[in-house]
Amino acid sequence: MTEFIFFINQVVIAGAVLGCIYALGAVGITLVFGILRFAHFAHSELMTSGAFFAFLLASAFAAWGIVTPIPTGFVVLPIAMVASAIFALGVDKGFYAPLRKRGAKPVILLIASIGVTLMVQGLIRLFFGAGSYSFFETETKDVFRIDTSFLGSTRPLVITEPQLIMIVVTVITVLALHFFLTRSRLGKGMRAMADNADLAQVSGINTALVVRVTWVVAGALACMAGTMLALDVTLKPDLAFNIIIPIFAAAIVGGLGQAYGAIAGGLLIGFAESLAVFNWTMVLRPLNAVLPEWAQLPATLSLVPTEYKLTVAFVILVVVLLVRPTGIFKGASS
Amino acid sequence: MIRRSLTLFAGLFVLILVIGWAMGLPFTSSRLVEAAAYSLIALGLNIQWGYGGLFNFGIMGFLMLGGFAVTFISYPVNPQFWGSDGPWMLGRALIAFAAGALLVYGARQSDRVGIRGGWKTFVTVLAWFVAYCVYRSQIDPAAAYIEANAGFVGGLGGHPVLGWLFGGVLAAAVAFVVGKIALGLRTDYLAIATIGISEIIRALIKNMDWLTRGTLTVSPIPWPTNLPQAYQASGSSQFESLILARGGFLLLAIAVLAVALFLISRAYAGPWGRMMRAIRDNHIASASMGKNVTARQLEIFVFGSVLMGIGGAMLVSFTQIFDPSSYQPINHTFLIWVMIIVGGAGNNWGAVFGAVLIWLVWVVSEPLAKVIFDFVSYWSSNVGWGAIPEIESRSAQMRVFVLGLVITIALRWAPKGLIPEAVRREG
Repeated sequence: MTEFIFFINQVVIAGAVLGCIYALGAVGITLVFGILRFAHFAHSELMTSGAFFAFLLASAFAAWGIVTPIPTGFVVLPIAMVASAIFALGVDKGFYAPLRKRGAKPVILLIASIGVTLMVQGLIRLFFGAGSYSFFETETKDVFRIDTSFLGSTRPLVITEPQLIMIVVTVITVLALHFFLTRSRLGKGMRAMADNADLAQVSGINTALVVRVTWVVAGALACMAGTMLALDVTLKPDLAFNIIIPIFAAAIVGGLGQAYGAIAGGLLIGFAESLAVFNWTMVLRPLNAVLPEWAQLPATLSLVPTEYKLTVAFVILVVVLLVRPTGIFKGASS
Repeated sequence: MIRRSLTLFAGLFVLILVIGWAMGLPFTSSRLVEAAAYSLIALGLNIQWGYGGLFNFGIMGFLMLGGFAVTFISYPVNPQFWGSDGPWMLGRALIAFAAGALLVYGARQSDRVGIRGGWKTFVTVLAWFVAYCVYRSQIDPAAAYIEANAGFVGGLGGHPVLGWLFGGVLAAAVAFVVGKIALGLRTDYLAIATIGISEIIRALIKNMDWLTRGTLTVSPIPWPTNLPQAYQASGSSQFESLILARGGFLLLAIAVLAVALFLISRAYAGPWGRMMRAIRDNHIASASMGKNVTARQLEIFVFGSVLMGIGGAMLVSFTQIFDPSSYQPINHTFLIWVMIIVGGAGNNWGAVFGAVLIWLVWVVSEPLAKVIFDFVSYWSSNVGWGAIPEIESRSAQMRVFVLGLVITIALRWAPKGLIPEAVRREG
């Protein structure tokens, strides 16, 4: 039983946390791709800047002496999401809208988004330096150790408070997104435009409004994903830049333009990464008692060494692109 | 068009003179050598994107391969490795790799013995898994043994120019495999797939300590021309020998660049170039005219990557240190894209102009930002707002911002680049 609890700690919880972050980021990328038809690289910087908005607000709260029962990062999240949504709208108006008006190809927009990535990253580094920050400098990160001895395990189930809240918040967000996309007029308009932009326009959907709503949703979700990642690890200027490729992989694996696909892809890649680096000896150790001398299990038996964790996502990406060139849920193309 | 190019190049020359005057000759000569290497890399991307319309965002991977190649060829031989059991263990790992490859090949041919459909997929996946396990079972102990006993494999002690050539060959081989896998994808998908592949290459080179020494870095890597120390030994002053040595390297780099520029300009002006433009502009029509679009795109992807490999090798042999952790997508992929976009995709002179200009902007923006920050800091502390803290580290970050600014300005007001592609009407 100890081995089973260990497996849950190392794979299920770690994979779920990572998967939630990837999924939230990938939904934004997939919506932007569906509506605007370009791969938005600067999404990583929307995530990082969102996390920094939340960090500044949390620091302000701490300075004002406001103490909250749950981590302050989650309390300030709604305000930071609004700020990020406005920021995303501003970026679109300043950089992408003029190019769209000129009728530039999607490829040009992609390169422009790399320019935006560099500018935002430069600004963040200018103001915050290259060091890392933690949300838990003034408050403590609660760690729950659930005793599982009634199941016959010698080890407790370990989960931190941010991880628990993170999973709950993600589930609520995904449900809200589902109802927004299926029940509201705007959400239906977004899905219609993702399916066929010309048809959506002639059937009376306000495409300019849909584009704005897309940026609001993408910016808010990016802020959420970035803040969660910063709460789970540490906040640094290249926080999201390092994981933008797994996020893109999640969006592509799910099929670009498919919101549900992005969520599935994010969870898939999150779990795949934590499964690949999991040390199987920990679970299979009881076998050593049965196995003969020459076939004893080595001390570490993982599918991939830990250093190669990030490459798992790329390998999945390349394999999926080869087998189904537009993703599992049959995505759009530019 | 010619006049515009000449004016721009004259302006670039003036800029170089200004930098030489402000930053000193040793600084400027080093930056020019690097600019020549980057020009070669930019020409490589110009072939892929400007001629072929291929979206390669994995430049960093090819630069790393070139850097590794020159390290492997030109670094002195490591007798500790060759005297140990290392080569024998590596040989066994190689045999395991070959056996694994054979197994996968066999599984892919299994339909000949009547295994079809889902069963064939199953057999193939199983073969991949078994091959991977067999290879890991041999390479893991070999890697641990070499790292413990000899540090790393070391080099072959060859001439650095051989290393540059090997960089081109290695990049070509990898580009062939990558192209076979990824070139069927459309623009955005291709961009993301190539980024993923270059990250895999980085992870491998960074973590294969037994082969590349990983994060421990390899230095000093020998120069193809005389080092400053050689000139100093023969009686030149320190400054003189520095300039002479870098001048020699610069001449060699410019010679390589000139040969590459001549060859690809000739090819581009001929029927081959016409065919490539036709494929780029309308691959469906070209395919119906009987051109083998897939093969031609693979060809162009390999050609471009060769130049990237050689350029990456030149950069490493000039700085004399191979440090896998110093490679970043910002510095080694996006920077080169900015060079092409600003210089003008589809024009070789535009690529060279953009490479030199952007490289100079990139290296100068740091000291320039420091001067501006010092100035602002002086005023703000006089006014009473206090000085700017950590000016050194902050100005170092400004060049990323400047790069982003340049790319957005260029896309907005000069989308075809400063020296745009010359569209000729032939016949």
